[in-house]
Amino acid sequence: MLCSFLFITACIENAPLDSLSPAGPYARTIDELFWLTFWIAVVIFFIVQGALLFSVFYFKDSPEKPEPKQIHGNSVLEIIWTVIPVIILASIAVPTVRTIFDLAREPENALKIEVIGHQWWFEYKYPDYGITTANVLVIPEDTPIRLEMWSNDVLHNYWVPKLNGKRYLVPGQKTYLNLHADNAEEFWAQCGEYCGLSHSKMRGRVLSLSQSDFDAWVINEQKNAANDLDQESLAYEGQQVYLNAGCTQCHVIGGVWDVQGERIAPNLTHFAIRNVFAGAALKNNAENLTEWLANPAKIKPGTFMPNLELTEREIEALIEYLGTLK
Amino acid sequence: MTKIIQPKKQKNIFSRPSSEEGIWSWITTVDHKRIGIMYGYAAFFFLLVGGLEALLLRIQLSQPDNNFLSAAEYNAMFTMHGTTMIFLAIMPISAAFFNYLLPLQIGARDVAFPRLNALSFWIFIAGGLFLYSTFLFGTAGAPEGGYLDEEVSRLASAPNGGWFGYQPNAGLKYSPGTAMDYWAIGLQILGIASLVSAFNFITTILNMRTKGMRLMRMPVFTWMTFAVSFLLAFSLPIIAIALFFVTFDRQFGTTFFLTEGGGDPVLWQHLFWLFGHPEVYILILPAFGIVSEVLPTFSRKPLFGYPAIVFAGFGIAFIGFGVWAHHMFASAISPVAQAGFGLSTMIIAVPTGVKIFNWLGTIWGGKLTLNTPMLFALGFIGMFVIGGLSGVTHSVVPADTQQTDTYYIVAHFHYVLFGGALFGIFSGLYYWFPKVWGRMYNEALGKIHFWLMIIGFNLTFGPMHWLGLQGQVRRTWVYAEETNLGFWNLIVTIGAFILAVAILVFMANWMYSRRKGEKAPFDPWDARTLEWITPSPTPVWNFSKAPEVKSLDDFWYQKYGEDEDGRAVRKDTADDLLIQLEEEGFNPDEEIHLPSPSYFPLILAFGLPFLGYAVIYKSIPLALIGVILLLIGGFGWGTEPLEEEFESAEEDLVNTEEDSVNEEESPTNE
Repeated sequence: MLCSFLFITACIENAPLDSLSPAGPYARTIDELFWLTFWIAVVIFFIVQGALLFSVFYFKDSPEKPEPKQIHGNSVLEIIWTVIPVIILASIAVPTVRTIFDLAREPENALKIEVIGHQWWFEYKYPDYGITTANVLVIPEDTPIRLEMWSNDVLHNYWVPKLNGKRYLVPGQKTYLNLHADNAEEFWAQCGEYCGLSHSKMRGRVLSLSQSDFDAWVINEQKNAANDLDQESLAYEGQQVYLNAGCTQCHVIGGVWDVQGERIAPNLTHFAIRNVFAGAALKNNAENLTEWLANPAKIKPGTFMPNLELTEREIEALIEYLGTLK
Repeated sequence: MTKIIQPKKQKNIFSRPSSEEGIWSWITTVDHKRIGIMYGYAAFFFLLVGGLEALLLRIQLSQPDNNFLSAAEYNAMFTMHGTTMIFLAIMPISAAFFNYLLPLQIGARDVAFPRLNALSFWIFIAGGLFLYSTFLFGTAGAPEGGYLDEEVSRLASAPNGGWFGYQPNAGLKYSPGTAMDYWAIGLQILGIASLVSAFNFITTILNMRTKGMRLMRMPVFTWMTFAVSFLLAFSLPIIAIALFFVTFDRQFGTTFFLTEGGGDPVLWQHLFWLFGHPEVYILILPAFGIVSEVLPTFSRKPLFGYPAIVFAGFGIAFIGFGVWAHHMFASAISPVAQAGFGLSTMIIAVPTGVKIFNWLGTIWGGKLTLNTPMLFALGFIGMFVIGGLSGVTHSVVPADTQQTDTYYIVAHFHYVLFGGALFGIFSGLYYWFPKVWGRMYNEALGKIHFWLMIIGFNLTFGPMHWLGLQGQVRRTWVYAEETNLGFWNLIVTIGAFILAVAILVFMANWMYSRRKGEKAPFDPWDARTLEWITPSPTPVWNFSKAPEVKSLDDFWYQKYGEDEDGRAVRKDTADDLLIQLEEEGFNPDEEIHLPSPSYFPLILAFGLPFLGYAVIYKSIPLALIGVILLLIGGFGWGTEPLEEEFESAEEDLVNTEEDSVNEEESPTNE
């Protein structure tokens, strides 16, 4: 009994991954269905546990009690407690099935975004705008979003608890998920499916912006990075580190190096405007970047980013350069 | 006492083992009771190991961004915790009960194939040791091209792809090294053990029942053993095939589950859960059987709705094969499949509910003795109901897409498998303690164990419900402080340590009472089923003469009649009956031939791990050792008669002719 009271009162305030605080129509539909089921379960819980506790106290052995009546069963009761659960379940089944198909339907006029799972970060592509980015999914508020998803390596599971349930990213086939955020707000995302060493650090952010902010973001994203740094500056030195230390093997910064195209690591063109990095496991600040660049595998075990044995000066310069990528 | 007859000498590879005491008598035994006890101890050992792994996990999670374990160690620990608890703890503890009790409950002297029984035990041991030898020899590392900051410790050199081994993560490219091979081949070996015992139990139940023991007079525990054996027989081949595919993918470069070769990782999920869901019922049905014995005994009432409970058990087992994709609601399956499997999952709640209501019907109006086995049985109902109800919330597919892969699921299945299966198992361990050891356990310690356990259990797994719904994802080595999940995780860890203390109390009670406990009276619980008409501890021959059964709960009805109100009345003859049974039980008046001990099951079983190593290390010598052991075991076994030939060979005691299976009654025709 205590448990269900606890359940209501024990809820954690301000949990960024809280599936019980929906912030969009999809998550809200699910939430309503959950609470419907939950309250039915609570009623059954009290009936059954009540009967159990009542029996324990009332029918407890005591010396003056006579031997009990030997009852072998009762067909009427058997039928009743078979049929009543069937009716209750049917009443849950109808909205369940309806909601399954509602959630799967592609919304009209949806913005299409591709989500590609990598060990251990999410990549986002906007085919309509020609944008490639990582870790932070930027969407316009109050607009349906259709995610087309697949994985580049193992199974992943995309989850933005406040916006919808989870959906797997599978290598070799596509899956789909709808999102819709009511307001301009930042949400947390997390990979749900165990995907190897750094599964717990495969996180994400979804940034919902007002339509005008979103449009501005799109225009900015479509630009290449600035390539006219002052040759005396620390940032320029950082750019040289970027070009010479091997970063370009895996990363792309639009407009900075000739060879473009697919790379295995996140696109860094607008790195500085993303508030998180390394699979959204770290906040984007100088302290974290220093730690990361010194030894990536220490923060994300198994990562494909090698320790480039950079000097302190090189790291400092690189961070300065990354800060210019707005 | 039995007359001792000198067997004729026979030639074989090894001479027949002859010791009746000491370690060799146990190693070579084919006595179902001794095998049962060994199963119990071995499984309990693995339960402790799995529990220790869980404690390491909980220490790591007690605070956010903790660094007690490395990611590699954490992943290895949760993989081994799940694998151990399922395959090396709960399943074999159930097998311990099956082995010890099944022949006794149906009035038989042993199982149908005593040496096969020994074989399945030794294969289980061989498989368990093989799997755990990964901590000595296994290797693991970062995925191809990935980097690690530190060397992989021995603790992390264990399988790390999860007990579910999802592909392609558990494939060679993403899980290099040999650890996952130990997992795949280890499970393969353990599967053989379970298959062997499944067929043994099915045959035993169909053929070895004593006179008058019709199917519908069998105790519910026997029924559940029967159901579980069918589940094993039908589900294990599926995982066997899937594990062969994995081993081939990893060892020989096939691509059953690898997209780059046209394979399909989702196929693995289907195959795994097509086995994995029946497996859940393999774990829980034995506990259903145990509480169905304990509740009537301590309520002094017959089981309410015996046929309903039996058929509900088989209903669950049957429908259990049609719900597997509810483990995959967020995976790549269509809305139609989601709806179908959601509905089938709801349907399975109905027979489960029937069972719970019938148990409540059993205690309702009874005269309840609240001793330790009864407390655990009642605790079982309470905890299992919670697990069952959270299970219904999973069948609501959209809600499940929020819950899946979170601690809400971890909470759910621990309420089913810990609060359910393990509470039922503890109930059974206390209930049959006097039967096995001839002594009583300590009631006060038993009750302390129960209360510590129910408090520790709910502290551990209760908070996981809201931790999961509020964002804690499963199989995560660390969680960020900003998720605000730290407080309840600390509570959970405290709960886990209370559970550990509870287990220590249980062990102290067990070890003390087994030697120094009060001597158990004959029929200590005023019980209902056949195992209690034999003295305790059960003599090696079980029954001095084959019992004849006239009804369900026959033993009870020999002791009790009913008055005009339907209340139980003890017969005047009851006390004399018990004295007579005890007298007879110790002194059989006929010659009893029991199967003789044998080395060969052991030898055959230990050939398998060598074959496993041979596959992993591509080694011909190891393969030869394995094959030679198999040949010695198989050939020796084949040429060794089950019993020594005696001077006067007589008809086996167990009567099977008159009572062969009644086709109409057999639910196996479904």
